[in-house]
Amino acid sequence: MTTDATGRRTPLDAVHRALGATMTDFAGWDMPLRYGSERDEHNAVRTRAGLFDLSHMGEITVSGPQAAEALDFALVGFVSALAVGRARYTMICAEDGGILDDLIVYRTGEQEFLVVANASNAQVVLDALTARAEGFDAQVRDDRDAYALIAVQGPESVGILAGLTDADPDGLKYYAGLPATVAGRPVLLARTGYTGEDGFELFTAPEHAVALWEALTEAGAGAGLVPCGLSCRDTLRLEAGMPLYGHELNTGLTPFDAGLGRVVRFDKPTNEGRFVGREALERAAERAGQTPPRKLVGLVAEGRRVPRAGYAVVDAGGAVVGEVTSGAPSPTLGKPIAIAYVDAAHAEPGTRVAVDVRGSHEAVEVAALPLYRRAR
Amino acid sequence: MSNPQQLRYSKEHEWISDAVDGASTVGITQHAADALGDVVFVQLPEVGDSVTAGEPCGELESTKSVSDLYAPVSGEVTEVNQDVVDDPALVNSAPFEGGWLFKVKVSEEPEDLLSADEYAAFTGN
Repeated sequence: MTTDATGRRTPLDAVHRALGATMTDFAGWDMPLRYGSERDEHNAVRTRAGLFDLSHMGEITVSGPQAAEALDFALVGFVSALAVGRARYTMICAEDGGILDDLIVYRTGEQEFLVVANASNAQVVLDALTARAEGFDAQVRDDRDAYALIAVQGPESVGILAGLTDADPDGLKYYAGLPATVAGRPVLLARTGYTGEDGFELFTAPEHAVALWEALTEAGAGAGLVPCGLSCRDTLRLEAGMPLYGHELNTGLTPFDAGLGRVVRFDKPTNEGRFVGREALERAAERAGQTPPRKLVGLVAEGRRVPRAGYAVVDAGGAVVGEVTSGAPSPTLGKPIAIAYVDAAHAEPGTRVAVDVRGSHEAVEVAALPLYRRAR
Repeated sequence: MSNPQQLRYSKEHEWISDAVDGASTVGITQHAADALGDVVFVQLPEVGDSVTAGEPCGELESTKSVSDLYAPVSGEVTEVNQDVVDDPALVNSAPFEGGWLFKVKVSEEPEDLLSADEYAAFTGN
C-alpha cells in the first residue's frame, strides 16, 4: 500500500494513524481505506454501528435573499420548496443535461443552504454554482475547509447519539438536519447517510473533530461501534443500490439515463421554470419515455468471481449487452454483486446473463435495485 | 508482523518453504495479505501443472481488487490447498500456516529469493 505524502489530510488524520488504518488516496485526500477487516466493518454497520471520517466531502454555502432562487436555477431539484431543517438529494447538470455531480442540499436557514458535493467534483460544483448565481442576490462560499464531517451509521446509531446530545435524534426525520450540541460541541446533526442503514452525519468545525470522534467512540463501545473506512462504505452503498459519481453517474449521462429522472423537477415555478440544462433534459425525458436506453440494474453472481467496474455484460451468445459500473463481494448477501447498465431487452429482474470476468463468462442474474433493503 | 525465518521470499510477496518429501509449500506473505484486504476468491494452479518462476499461476481476489499469484520457483504442482479455496479468509488469518496455497516439486529456484530479514527490509518493516 502506498501512502501519498502529498494527499490532503483531514482533521482526524492522526486518529486514523494511531488506529493503524490502511490509508488510500481518494480524490487527492489521504483517507482511511480500512482499519482492520473491511468485511467486519461492513457487518458492524449492518448490525450495530460504524464511525466514518467523511471530511473529504465538499461543503459549499449558498446564502442571501435569493439563495433559494439561485439554487433552483443552478440545480435540477426544487430547492426553494425545502423547509428549513430539511435536506434533499439532487443533481447539478451541464447545459447538455450531463450530470456534473450528485449532491445533498440542506436548508440551514430561510436564506442559507449547505450544498455537499463529492470530493472529486467539489471544485467543478463550486465553479458552476458561482457562475450560475451571478445575477441573483446570493453569495456562494467555499466552505470545504470550514467543516469536518463524521458519520455514525447503523441500527445502534440513534442510541449512541442519544446519550451525547440534548437534541432528540430519534425525533429527527430522515433527510433532516438541525443545529445541535453533541458531546458539548456544536454540530449540524443530519439524519442522512450512504450505507442503506439508519444513521447520522455530523458537520462540525475542524477543531471539534477529534473530540467528537473520541466521544462517539467511547459512547458506542458498548453497542459495538467500530471505526469504518471507505472500503466498506463502498460495499454498503453498493448493496443499497446508491449511485457513485464516476461509476453510475458521469457527464455523459443525464439523470434519466441513470434511472433517476425523478430528481429533475420540470414543475418548479421559480425563475419562470428556467434552470440550467432544462431543454436538454426535456429531450432526455422524452427519449427515455419512447426508446428506453440501457437500464441501471443489479446483478447477483452465481459463482465466486467478482464482476468489476468496466467488465462487459454479455448474453448467451456472447454479444455485449451492457457494462458493469460497480461490483464487489457482498458481505450481506454472501456472493458477488454488481450494478450495471444493461440493454432494456435484458434488464428484467430474473434475466440470466453473464459477465466477462477476464475472459471467462460468469453467470449472473439481473435483480432489481437495491439488492439490500433494511427492515424498518 | 514477523516473517518466519525458515522461509524464503519473492519480491512478488510469495513465500516458499524448504522441501519436505520432495515438495515445497508456497503461500503469500502477511504483508501481501494485509495489502490485499479480505480475500474472497482464490484460483490456484492444478495438480500436475508446470509453473515458472516469476510467471502468474493463479489469482487472488479481494474486496477491492484482483491480483495475480506469481510462482516463486519453477516446478510441478503436487498438491493444492482445498481448504483455502473453500475458505479464502484463511489467506488473511493464517497466511504462513493454514492459508498456504500449493505445493511444488522444485525444478529451478531463482537466485534472488530473499531471506526473512531481507524481505522485511524490502517491505520496509
